[in-house]
Amino acid sequence: MISVLALLFLWMGVGFVLLGALGLARFPDLYNRMQAATKCVTLGVCGIMIGIFLRSGFNPLGVKALICAAFILLTVPVSSHALARGSLIAGVKLWKGTVKDEFTKDRGAEPIIEEEK
Amino acid sequence: MVPIIVLVPAALFCLYRALVGPSIADRAIAVDMMGVVFSAITALLALRFRLSYLLDLSIALAVISFVGALALAKFLEKRSLDD
Repeated sequence: MISVLALLFLWMGVGFVLLGALGLARFPDLYNRMQAATKCVTLGVCGIMIGIFLRSGFNPLGVKALICAAFILLTVPVSSHALARGSLIAGVKLWKGTVKDEFTKDRGAEPIIEEEK
Repeated sequence: MVPIIVLVPAALFCLYRALVGPSIADRAIAVDMMGVVFSAITALLALRFRLSYLLDLSIALAVISFVGALALAKFLEKRSLDD
């Protein structure tokens, strides 16, 4: 039973990581890519780590996997948030179909939207 | 062993984005994600060969990609590192 659950978590994680990386390669602009990659990869790697913990139980391997899952769950969203904020301030262009950019408006500037080709 | 082989294309997608990405932030997020994917691959290797010290390497990879991404974000905001 536990082993089936472990395999389920592991393959769910692998699938999420693969789809997130595919989104990172295929989406049209930086912010879309960042959203696909960050969310999917965080959830996927946490799933892989929980699968490893369930597979090996309470020994050094499993507990270290849990610690790694907690660390990734805390740090990846923080770093991607900082990068998104930094690239908005640095003026990376938004996709041409973008509807809203409240952050740039609050800073008193005009949103930089990519032109239609 | 099969999950590791399935994760290799994910790392290759990240590498593609890091090579062609139009802006610096694209490359930064791609390298960040590649570090996290490599940390997952290392953890799976640790499970496969029952070597618990490989998970220390996995945690170290996650820490390095986090610190690198934060430093690059500060650089993009045109602030100095001790600010």
